[in-house]
Amino acid sequence: MRKPNKEELIVRKIKDGTVIDHIPAGHALYVLKILGITGREGFRVAIVMNVDSKKLGKKDIVKIEGMELKKEDVDKIALIAPTATINIIKDYLVVSKSKVQVPNRIRGLLTCINPRCITNQPREPVIPEFRTMSLNPLILRCEYCGCTMGHDEIIRQLVKE
Amino acid sequence: MWYNRDVITILDFSREELEEVFETADDMLKYSHSRLDILKGKVMALAFFEPSTRTRLSFETAMIRLGGDVIGFSEVSTTSIAKGETLADTIRMLDSYADIIVIRHSIEGAAKFAAEIAESPVINAGDGTRHHPTQAMIDLYTIRRNFEDIDGLTIGVLGDLKYGRAATSFIYGVSLYNIKKLYLISPPLLSTRKEVRDHLKLRGIAFEEVERLDDVIEELDVLYVTRIQRERFPDPAEYEKVRGSYRVTPESLKKVKRDLIILHPLPRVDELHHEVDRTKHAKYFEQARYGVPVRMALLKLILAGDRV
Repeated sequence: MRKPNKEELIVRKIKDGTVIDHIPAGHALYVLKILGITGREGFRVAIVMNVDSKKLGKKDIVKIEGMELKKEDVDKIALIAPTATINIIKDYLVVSKSKVQVPNRIRGLLTCINPRCITNQPREPVIPEFRTMSLNPLILRCEYCGCTMGHDEIIRQLVKE
Repeated sequence: MWYNRDVITILDFSREELEEVFETADDMLKYSHSRLDILKGKVMALAFFEPSTRTRLSFETAMIRLGGDVIGFSEVSTTSIAKGETLADTIRMLDSYADIIVIRHSIEGAAKFAAEIAESPVINAGDGTRHHPTQAMIDLYTIRRNFEDIDGLTIGVLGDLKYGRAATSFIYGVSLYNIKKLYLISPPLLSTRKEVRDHLKLRGIAFEEVERLDDVIEELDVLYVTRIQRERFPDPAEYEKVRGSYRVTPESLKKVKRDLIILHPLPRVDELHHEVDRTKHAKYFEQARYGVPVRMALLKLILAGDRV
């Protein structure tokens, strides 16, 4: 029998659902928050925090049984945890594995930090739009006023929703 | 290259495209005091949500000299905006009347938003603290008229680099060239915004932020002066302390290069001593004069293309 790895010693494998791996250490709770998971939905959720990772040094993992993610959820996860991978599990096997991708353009999910930006004017029919300037560190630039926004601000906005 | 295009920031254009404007402006200089019929039948709408003298009048003059007509407003109190009409609706209306819209607004990104709504081309005549691309074209054109090449020059930008849109657009404009060095001269409180510094780094521009003009003035080929507004300082005593360091006087020009040119987007208050006007370095009135031919060139290229 294969020897279980350290992570399996903490949390068992799930049968069907989604594993979000390679979340930057300390960001797992943010991921749950943006997915709207409170723990009262009924499906089994496991959170592993600050485990060793070859790529990241330390990482978090979230396992959610019985839930599939929507495209918008994946985009939000990418903004919170740009290094994350998403594994879809069917009958204990990984049937698909993909790395989240921060979109080049982000439309509507965030608001510009500049109060004098046209996107923050009441009643003007304009949707905020950002362009990804850098992935590490994550920096977005408002397409309208040019203001830039860092990762902390992006997390603050997404988690507050 | 220019036909039917919006002009939102100077960074939307390449050196080659700017060169086309400058060459056309060279032609237009001949007609700065006469009238052409290139744009006969075309209407330009001026949507000035913020006060302006030079920019508005030079756009107006440029259109009239090209044979076109001008409509618009220069203050919002007499328009439906005062009743709460949105920018979007105002632009839609002007778009249905005019062939080109020139907009100035205090809100950042207003010109880009207007360009998305309007089918006609939109020219940004200044939005908030961010962009003033046609001013930057005039500034670069003035340098080009005085030096053979913008490449290789040492350029200093003095004043309010944080909130000043002319200074910011000028900095973006020179970043398109292979200049030798860019000095950003301001009190720390008014230094360039991070996004501007990030842009300069990305472009590989050699730049340095300094607090005193005296420390670098001897090296400069071009000194671009802008106004420092007293209101920017939370403490008036702070302003009084620094204002002397950001004034250009005949004394401060004692050790400068022979060919130094001094530019200013105007209006000036006391950052440029009036005695500097009489020196050969003063090029700011020449720069203001170029407002008409450069804007003529833009209007011609956007509305008639390079066919005429």
